Amino acid sequence: MNTRQQYCTFQLADLFLGVEVERVQEVLRYQEMTRVPLAPRMVEGLINLRGQIVTAIDLRRRLELPAREAGRDPMNVVVRTPEGAVSLLVDEIGDVVDVEDEWLEAAPPTLADDGQKLIRGVVKLDNRLMLILDAERAIAAPGAEAPGL
Amino acid sequence: MNEFDDVVNDFLVESHEGLDRLDRDLVQLEKEPNSRDTLSSIFRTIHTIKGTCGFLGFSRLEKVAHAGENLLSKLRDGEFALDPAITTALLQAVDAIRSMLTAVEAAGNDGDKDYADVIALLAKLQHNALRAAGAAPAHSTVPLPALPAREPAPATAVAQAEPQWDPVQRAAAAASATPVASAGPADDVHRAVAGGAVTDSTIRVDVVLLDSLMNLVGELVLARNQILQHTTTQDDSVFLATCQRLNLITTELQEGVMKTRMQPIGNVWGKFPRVVRDLAHACGKRVRIEMEGEETELDKTIIEAIKDPLTHIVRNAIDHGIELPDRRTAAGKPAEGVLRLHAFHEGGQVNIEIADDGAGLSVERLKAKAIEKGLVTAEQAAKLSERDVVQMVFLPGFSTAAAVTNISGRGVGMDVVRTNIERIGGTVELSSVHGHGTTLRIKIPLTLAIIPALVVSSGGARYAIPQVSLLELVRLEGEQAKKRIEYIRGVPVYRLRGTLLPLVLLNRQLKVPGAGEPDVVNIVILQADGRQFGLVVDEINDTEEIVVKPLGKHLKGIAAYAGSTIMGDGRVALILDILGIARMARVVGERCERALSKQAETEERAEEKRHTLLLVQVGSRGCTAIPLTDVARLEELPRDSIEWTAGRQVVQYRGEIMPLLWLSDEVGCERLGSDAEETLQVVVHSDGKHQVGIVVDRILDIVEEKLDIQGAGSVVGYKGRAVVQGRVTDLIDVAAIVARHGALVGQS
Repeated sequence: MNTRQQYCTFQLADLFLGVEVERVQEVLRYQEMTRVPLAPRMVEGLINLRGQIVTAIDLRRRLELPAREAGRDPMNVVVRTPEGAVSLLVDEIGDVVDVEDEWLEAAPPTLADDGQKLIRGVVKLDNRLMLILDAERAIAAPGAEAPGL
Repeated sequence: MNEFDDVVNDFLVESHEGLDRLDRDLVQLEKEPNSRDTLSSIFRTIHTIKGTCGFLGFSRLEKVAHAGENLLSKLRDGEFALDPAITTALLQAVDAIRSMLTAVEAAGNDGDKDYADVIALLAKLQHNALRAAGAAPAHSTVPLPALPAREPAPATAVAQAEPQWDPVQRAAAAASATPVASAGPADDVHRAVAGGAVTDSTIRVDVVLLDSLMNLVGELVLARNQILQHTTTQDDSVFLATCQRLNLITTELQEGVMKTRMQPIGNVWGKFPRVVRDLAHACGKRVRIEMEGEETELDKTIIEAIKDPLTHIVRNAIDHGIELPDRRTAAGKPAEGVLRLHAFHEGGQVNIEIADDGAGLSVERLKAKAIEKGLVTAEQAAKLSERDVVQMVFLPGFSTAAAVTNISGRGVGMDVVRTNIERIGGTVELSSVHGHGTTLRIKIPLTLAIIPALVVSSGGARYAIPQVSLLELVRLEGEQAKKRIEYIRGVPVYRLRGTLLPLVLLNRQLKVPGAGEPDVVNIVILQADGRQFGLVVDEINDTEEIVVKPLGKHLKGIAAYAGSTIMGDGRVALILDILGIARMARVVGERCERALSKQAETEERAEEKRHTLLLVQVGSRGCTAIPLTDVARLEELPRDSIEWTAGRQVVQYRGEIMPLLWLSDEVGCERLGSDAEETLQVVVHSDGKHQVGIVVDRILDIVEEKLDIQGAGSVVGYKGRAVVQGRVTDLIDVAAIVARHGALVGQS
């Protein structure tokens, strides 16, 4: 019996990424952001999510991808964590895709990931490959190991 | 959770409240052994606990309660009088019950300890007391049941007239009995509930629910702020009127919800009489506790936060502060010491004063201790002002108790007290008169959730500064901005009414580009850790009530921020942590404190020998340096203000007559034609009591240098010489120079 899992997908530079749909609280278009001087590099700023203050993490910087072109506003993928919501800034939001277990493969060891293991696996979709992002590790500060993984 | 658990939980909550009341009542009873009200209240409480635990099947617990009740019933019936041994035994029984209740809470049964020793002790005391009473009736000390009690409360009168009261009456009596020790509103609530909820006017509410209500109100306040900001662009009168109403209702709702979380400080103080009694007995001291303002209300979270610091301070006062009775009598004080707690509201803050009439702090002993612990050098200690010395008790690793007791004196404590109080936005001050006592003043905000704040801008972003740290605002424009800010080797300072105030540039601390108007300098004068400094910001916007929200885990570690908030326009602003910024900019943690902190010691070993020096020109000799620690202020005084007295030159300065010394005369060189100049450059030196003006020819600079002093002590008036900024520079020993003119200084 095959088990299915739904992924919320998004585009980040030339990467097509997915996060388990249950982990995603909501997706939002660009929100005004308050920058936080002295913050870690990966933190882009703080957004007001209906009265909740949410830290926004620039996923491009986190994955060490080139910076977003100027004038292009990122989208928010708000992810639930035990310590409250955190927003991941991405380029474009994609569809929710159904993935069968058997489409999933471990990330190739040659994948440039700087040993951070942020990519948990690769899904072979019909027309392209989707990388599964380990949201927990992506949110954790670089160097800090995500608990329980 | 099943029904039985519910019952047990109720029992636990009620019993804990009952035990707290027992502690208070027993101590009260010891003071007024004839108070039948108190005795009845104690008896009722223990009887209720006994009854309920029998019903719930906690037999061990029941046995202890029963033994206590037996003893109490004899007391109540006037068969013998209360003495300290009985009080102690009863308090032990209370402790035993308390630990059994904890076991019930943790494991669901009353544990396997049967406290046979406590039961035996209670029985023995009862036996002995009865025998003694039989031999010599204690009528003189205890009124017979028939005698009317002094000012009996109505409820107690019922209880007295009808010893075999039925449960309803008991509940009524419990609910309406006048509390003897303290009577905050919350106390009445507890009483009513413990007595079986005769009154429907109060209900128990889960704190979690209150917290979530508080959060919702916070959101509402933010939404209201947003709407109000929006109204400025509207002219629909109906809409505006509705907004006004919304505004009022929100404010009232906010106040109302805040009130639900308020608790009288008496809830924390309630246990102090017992603490004081036990401690005083243990130390062989006699201490009376006086409390004023128990009804002063504080937010629950703050009550929780100050519980431990307050307890610590009270313990300290008894252990270190109040002397042994014979020493007190020798000093001409009553043998019984007084510990006074006073709480009151002032300026939107709660003030708590804890004063003892004990020995006070000895400045000399504190200094000796600090030197012994290697916290300061003897030289530094000599220069410390009295205030600085007294503040040293807040340093980590400092304890003045001659002997380490099991109560205190291990050198942890006051620093933790201060940290805990500052964590909730409060301040602690200590003042002490040697031989007459010590007073600690704590100021804490009423609530943490919504605070007034000053909104400023820097680098294009807004920041909120909690108003508790705010002293005043200074705006300098045009020429003033250039002239009034002075630089000491790139470090800006500002003279605020004669005091040199270090300036911290917020832009520089946050590493953001400045974006203020040119030629305008906005300075926010702040206080952190007892030191003042000026924070330079681009713009000062407004004051606003802000709702404090914690920062996410990525940002928690940044010292500059205390939290975040949502402004009226819906955007997020960061709340500055003033203490954190002061520490980042090294405004606090200087001087003795830098040398004192153990951690800093290792980190800053390299800087250990760094000194901040004032470079001055004296005669033609070029550079001479005065340690900045010897400098109180720098002044420019007009030459014609000099007056003569007894052949000495003096000036009137700040309501004092300040003698002047010419440094060039002191070091034996010619004045550099400065006689022609209109103004005198004066370095004001203060030894804590007297001020001396040291006239120099020119003030050159202030530098921080690592000094390698040579030729120390070879010439009086010099500390030696060292290379400062690549030049050989003489170091002036101000203290030695002033000492030469000892009589002159003493006269002033």
